[in-house]
Amino acid sequence: MTLEEIIFYIFALGGVVSAILVVTRRNPIIAAIYLIVNFFCLAAVYLTLHAQFIAIIQILVYAGAIMVLFVFVIMLLNLGDERSLRDGFSWKKVVAGGLGFGVLMELIYIFIMPGGAKTIEMARATEVGTVKAIAQVLFTQLLFPFEVTSLLLTAAIVGAIVLAKKNLN
Amino acid sequence: MIDLQYYLILSAVMFVIGALGVVTRRNAIIVFMSIELMLNSVNLTFVSFAAFLGDSTGQAFVFFVMTVAAAEAAVGLAIIIALFRRKRTVNLDEINILKW
Repeated sequence: MTLEEIIFYIFALGGVVSAILVVTRRNPIIAAIYLIVNFFCLAAVYLTLHAQFIAIIQILVYAGAIMVLFVFVIMLLNLGDERSLRDGFSWKKVVAGGLGFGVLMELIYIFIMPGGAKTIEMARATEVGTVKAIAQVLFTQLLFPFEVTSLLLTAAIVGAIVLAKKNLN
Repeated sequence: MIDLQYYLILSAVMFVIGALGVVTRRNAIIVFMSIELMLNSVNLTFVSFAAFLGDSTGQAFVFFVMTVAAAEAAVGLAIIIALFRRKRTVNLDEINILKW
């Protein structure tokens, strides 16, 4: 087993375990912290794929900016001690688990069936994930979507302020 | 060398966990975090295909997905704050004013 494989398996396991903990914890703050653990594990997996820029952005934007927003809202609403949200056992969950398992098995079958993803060899180009390579695509081929993104962010800022405002007058 | 399908299976497992979180949990914030989990697993698929095909376009797309996720988090959390102010709860079973 090479070092790359060991790193991949450790962080893949960490990612799956933390993802399970995110959806099962009762306290939202603890779920948020496991979500941050999940983002860090995913960033390490990105590094095994030679995606350095995306790995850094993952930590900066997701674990940094977005999770701060989540934790801030959880603390603002003081949801830590909400007892009324106790979700117990229900048949809905069993059905959902069965359906989820079915979808997962289908997806795994698609990935490992003969002639599927197995046949693609890893490209040897390590410069795919550099800032230069991504910027090359982003500012030539995808320039228009990039500009539209600014519109989306403006709309999001205005929308967030309007929605969270106490009285609109 | 790790094959492509290991990355895809990891991504599928995380997507299904996130989807199960969305359908089974009743706390709006945790449902929201499960959506982030699903977005992240899709990002992993994009990045792994970009790496295996040697094309940076997939990674540029991850950039857009992250932008959309940031916008979605800002607006969604504002909606949750507005709902909490009105209903004093984040329980999705009690938030049914759009139900017919």
